[in-house]
Amino acid sequence: MDVTTQEFKHCVLVEASGRIDSQTAPRLQEAFDELLEEDRYTIVFDMSEVEFLSSAGLRVMIGVQKTCKRWNRGELILADVPERIHEALDLAGFIPLFTFYDTAIEAVGNC
Amino acid sequence: MPHDRSARQITLKQTFPGQLDSLAAIGDLVTEAAHAADLDARDVYGIQLAVDEACSNIIQHAYNGERQGPIECICQVSDKGLSVTIRDRGEPFDPSSVPEPDLESDLEERDIGGLGVYFIHQMTDEVHFDCTAEGGNEVTLIKRRRKDA
Repeated sequence: MDVTTQEFKHCVLVEASGRIDSQTAPRLQEAFDELLEEDRYTIVFDMSEVEFLSSAGLRVMIGVQKTCKRWNRGELILADVPERIHEALDLAGFIPLFTFYDTAIEAVGNC
Repeated sequence: MPHDRSARQITLKQTFPGQLDSLAAIGDLVTEAAHAADLDARDVYGIQLAVDEACSNIIQHAYNGERQGPIECICQVSDKGLSVTIRDRGEPFDPSSVPEPDLESDLEERDIGGLGVYFIHQMTDEVHFDCTAEGGNEVTLIKRRRKDA
């Protein structure tokens, strides 16, 4: 898995690619933690290049969302979620917990 | 990857070190077997997710850490679909001890526990947990090929 971040005025765009599993999820957590430590709480997570996401990745996402949404200071927004991963998020009951956009550009534009 | 349906009786067997960086290679093996079994794209992903969750559980719970023992994967492709048997030599795992997943609470109360085992059941047609003669665990995950596939 690779993860990159790109700062915008009103949000930060995080792009991950490859597999997010128990091995790689801690690296994703670190990338988010760095942003949270800088008080960046509005984060767009571009998932278009994520090939695989296990419950270890879901654990990271829910934890980050809890931190971002505290005191209404921000949100973790999901963009361009691949179909298979969207189905897994749906099974896990995650759909009501996140805002979804079809593309990262659209998500960043709405922050 | 084209496969001759008439001769579909393939077994892929491989033993991996019980460590988290084996998960990608285990995923590759299962994906290869799932394609050989002609599972559709959704089911290829589903069985890969179920096996990943099972193997993560082995490392983190049965072995209680990395490099404590092997993970043996046996993928059996048949006309009906794919069966994946995973064996470890770790502590006995009782699936009934895993809490039901919380799928509905509000964000603040949402607990992620139990999602791995939930995915194992949701992504397969049959799951059998058992103990091996050597005192480890054996789990068999079965995904049947859809009739219209």
